[in-house]
Amino acid sequence: MLEINAVSRSFGDFVALDNVSLHIQAGEFFTLLGPSGCGKTTLLRLIAGFDQADSGQILLDGKSLCALPPELRPVHTVFQSYALFPHMTVAENIAFPLRMAKMSKSEIAHRVAEVLDDVRLPDKANHCPDALSGGQKQRIAIARALVNRPRLLLLDEPLSALDAKLREQMQIELINLQKEVGITFVYVTHDQGEALALSHRIAVMNKGEISQIDEPSVLYSYPDNRFVADFIGQCNILDAKVVSSDAQKVSIAVAGLGELTATANPEITFNSGDSCALTLRPEKIRLAATLEAGSDEVLFSGKVHDMLYLGDVTVYIIELANGVLIEAMLANDAPGRTRLFDTGDAVQIAWRIDAGHLVP
Amino acid sequence: MNRAERLRNHLMALPPALYLLLFFAVPSVMMLFASFRYPGEYGGLAPWYYIEDGQLSLDFTLENWLRLFESGIYLGLLFKSLGYALLTTLICTIMAYPLALMIARSQKRFRDLLLLLVILPFWSNFLVRIYAWMIIFSPQGALTIGLNHVTGALGLEPISLMFSSTAVITCLVYVHLPFMILPLYANLEKHDNRLLDAAQDLGANRFQCFWLITWPQSLPGIYAGAILVFIPSLGIFAIPDLLGGTNGIMIGNVIKQQFVESRDWPFGSVLSLVLTGITLLLVLLAAKLGKTGGANSGT
Ligand SMILES: Nc1ncnc2c1ncn2[C@@H]1O[C@H](COP(=O)(O)OP(=O)(O)OP(=O)(O)O)[C@@H](O)[C@H]1O
Ligand SMILES: [Mg+2]
Repeated sequence: MLEINAVSRSFGDFVALDNVSLHIQAGEFFTLLGPSGCGKTTLLRLIAGFDQADSGQILLDGKSLCALPPELRPVHTVFQSYALFPHMTVAENIAFPLRMAKMSKSEIAHRVAEVLDDVRLPDKANHCPDALSGGQKQRIAIARALVNRPRLLLLDEPLSALDAKLREQMQIELINLQKEVGITFVYVTHDQGEALALSHRIAVMNKGEISQIDEPSVLYSYPDNRFVADFIGQCNILDAKVVSSDAQKVSIAVAGLGELTATANPEITFNSGDSCALTLRPEKIRLAATLEAGSDEVLFSGKVHDMLYLGDVTVYIIELANGVLIEAMLANDAPGRTRLFDTGDAVQIAWRIDAGHLVP
Repeated sequence: MNRAERLRNHLMALPPALYLLLFFAVPSVMMLFASFRYPGEYGGLAPWYYIEDGQLSLDFTLENWLRLFESGIYLGLLFKSLGYALLTTLICTIMAYPLALMIARSQKRFRDLLLLLVILPFWSNFLVRIYAWMIIFSPQGALTIGLNHVTGALGLEPISLMFSSTAVITCLVYVHLPFMILPLYANLEKHDNRLLDAAQDLGANRFQCFWLITWPQSLPGIYAGAILVFIPSLGIFAIPDLLGGTNGIMIGNVIKQQFVESRDWPFGSVLSLVLTGITLLLVLLAAKLGKTGGANSGT
């Protein structure tokens, strides 16, 4: 539905977007995820029409948007600062896009009431925006952007100003709302947890380029490159060299650990001698005082170097022979105050060879 | 609010209250008192009591107030002055708005310079600037000569700018324009430009962005500027004195005349009080409008 083809945008010498291409399907909850300054807002402004691309095309339903000013694009934005009009009531704010569309008074009243119900604030119609809490302002901003049923809704870090509890609640509401209205959402965030929780698909951006576009679970388990592996979730990343490879498994040499086998995305080819990295999620590592390695597992001995108690889990940093540090995680699921290991304890770790994922 | 806080709030309000009492309330009461007395033989006021045959008599009169209504001259002049002040305020608003908007939207580093240009005229004396206008409006001035070339070419009567209401209002606008620009700028400068982005995003064109977002939020700035322009132009006498001739005379001139040339202090007091009353009424109205019109704009 929305096609972004080879779009670039520079500010002076600084390249904010470099040859970005995206295809977003109708009805999708699509997220742009990346660290601060990677160009997410710049891309959103291009889609909304506040800025023009230096090169490349943006097509909505097959038609180019480039010649249209923002007010004529069927695209609405939820701004990070909410941008509610302070001199209008909540109802007047929500009615604004409908007035601009020259809708009749009765139709406007009907739609405003309907959307206020959707965001569960029916009794706030005659309040001033200043009298609302952050979460309520956010919902009104979303209601205002949705009420005229745009083809595309752009959301620029809409939840970043809310506290953690409220954010989680709003995330659930956003998912439900999107399902209900069926409008395509393009959501911008630098919070990987939020992106994984909300999206149908995620585009990970880095320094103005797209690193990978995939579903959340694919992105998490099978990252295409070091940046994605590192940016999404916790990850052990070990430098390695390819020894030999066949279709499924690649044999690699990891400094300090010797020769190992790991799996890789089939579309990436590894030649012997290439440098690469082994990525390993902490929760996929088994950890115990002594372990019996299965036939498809690799096993190492080491000692607890450091630990981090997080409540539901404890993260252990294990120092293997030769000083290699590996992060592992144990759930604190036993009753009582569990404390399985102490710093300095000798432990063993093991992981299945298909848990180790290879990236260039 | 506990007692200490309330006490502190009262104490904070004390200096302005004292100031008002000393420089507004007391003189007003004195004027009210004077407005019921007879003028002195050589100016000033006649004694308000005399003792005759050991009997005390008070000497007050309603004459001065009746005189206000007896001849239509004074009320007419009052209305004319109100009209001049209103027109001045209106022209100032129309001229100041684009300028204030332009300054508020210009780059930060130019703003101080542009504001400096706005207040630059204050650096030279008020009377000197009015004399400058006398030169501009004079029949030998380039402006009049130039205009009369045009009227001559069109076959019209030659016009004279000096000593006319046009000259008075032009100069009133010139003098008071900065008092409209500055509060308006202070208001516009605080506007959140992201609101304009949001409005445009939701389908508003440039005109709608201005009329529905910028304009309503700027009303408190306009009210503040209007008060600062309207009040001084209503009572002014120097400008009509020098530029108005007989046609351009305003109520301020008559008040000054009563106190200085005619030496009729009681009637001067009546006129002053009426002027003060009207001004006060209009200010209260503007304050009320400002409160309801721009309650949420943060000004
Ligand atoms: N108008 C501009 N002029 C110059 N540089 C700009 C402009 N707009 C953006 N940039 C630069 O482009 C880069 C990308 O900015 P952008 O706002 O898109 O980042 P972002 O991914 O949204 O970051 P954040 O998560 O912090 O909002 C930044 O380094 C920024 O400094
Ligand atoms: Mg941003």
